[in-house]
Amino acid sequence: MKDLMIILFSAILVENFVLNKFMGICPFLGVSKKMSSALGMSAAVTFVMLMATAITYPIYQYLLTPFGLDYLRVVVFILIIALFVQIVEIILKRFVKPLYESLGVYLPLITTNCAVLGVTILNVDNHYNFIQSMFNSLGAGLGFALALVIFAGVRERIELADIPKAFKGVPATLIAASIVSLSFVGFSGIVEGIFG
Amino acid sequence: MNYLKAFTKGLIKENPVLVMLLGTCPTLAVTTLAINGLGMGLATTFVLVCSNVVISLLKRVIPKEVRLPSFIVIIAGFVTFVSFMLQSYLPDLYNALGVFLSLITVNCIILGRAEMFASKNNVAASALDGLGMGLGFTFALLCIGIIREILGSGSIFGFSLGGWFEPIGFFVTPAGGFFVFGVVIAVVNIFSNYKMSSKKFGCQNCPNSAACQADSKKEAHES
Repeated sequence: MKDLMIILFSAILVENFVLNKFMGICPFLGVSKKMSSALGMSAAVTFVMLMATAITYPIYQYLLTPFGLDYLRVVVFILIIALFVQIVEIILKRFVKPLYESLGVYLPLITTNCAVLGVTILNVDNHYNFIQSMFNSLGAGLGFALALVIFAGVRERIELADIPKAFKGVPATLIAASIVSLSFVGFSGIVEGIFG
Repeated sequence: MNYLKAFTKGLIKENPVLVMLLGTCPTLAVTTLAINGLGMGLATTFVLVCSNVVISLLKRVIPKEVRLPSFIVIIAGFVTFVSFMLQSYLPDLYNALGVFLSLITVNCIILGRAEMFASKNNVAASALDGLGMGLGFTFALLCIGIIREILGSGSIFGFSLGGWFEPIGFFVTPAGGFFVFGVVIAVVNIFSNYKMSSKKFGCQNCPNSAACQADSKKEAHES
């Protein structure tokens, strides 16, 4: 249990996918302007990350590795994720209409979000077992949500701030992201300190 | 199609990183050392040229409905090839780039050029377009990599600048990546007559936004 907690909280705080590993920067900077869309996007990403891990892990362990095809993982994983996102979209649209209306917009974008492919590949590279992989994916998704929600609050302040002309818009957003990222450095070592 | 224009537009005028604000993840992640930025840029350029050529050749064969998955599979194939080459010939670079080598697959520059250019133009123009965009990407990564390496490690391409400069550790941290990228965009902003201020990250600039958002808008409209 202890190692699962370490994996989970490391993925959320210390090795935050957005602020520390630089995965999913586009949605982080693009979507985080409004709190509601930040929450919708992160819910969709967390869900797809968990499901993608649940599907790709058995396929990698029981299909690719026994036949020596593990070098095909990038091709296989991205196809599975793309297919899966399509299926989820169809199912949600048919059966869970309210959920589709709130999350559906974000689903097609997820195929090109490198955090989803990244987490499945990192799980394999780190030799996690199935439970550890699921916890790592959950942590990655929650970390993505945390970064997006915090940054949505920061963005609202930047809009009102008086800054030099050259830094208006995109550069100011990046500098703010740098400061938020710097604040997450404070978490390094804290997880091992609590659970270790 | 003007071939010279197909090649040169990606270098400066439509630079994928500095002007179009695409491919930010690898731009920030691998630029702690100039050599890693250069390696990442050249690997991406190779994948971009190859996938552009193949997609341009197959543009009449691929059905419109399944074009995005088809493009992704072609791109992923070339990414696997590049990973193999780097793993056997440049293992240091392979280890330094890590998971981001595999993530070239989902680099939106490549999918974007496939969708916007290669699936509509002939092979030669597509190859030149891929080469120009790839070199523009490499140029941006190299600039940011050199700045971060000088300030953060006190060296350039691994050669020490000597003891007169005390390296600032901040610039090799993730926060330093965001900071340097922000300042570089601010400089581009000044030179481009403040055009960058009105630009936005994410969907608005993503070449796939037309496809993605048309679907979601249409469906929202139907419901």
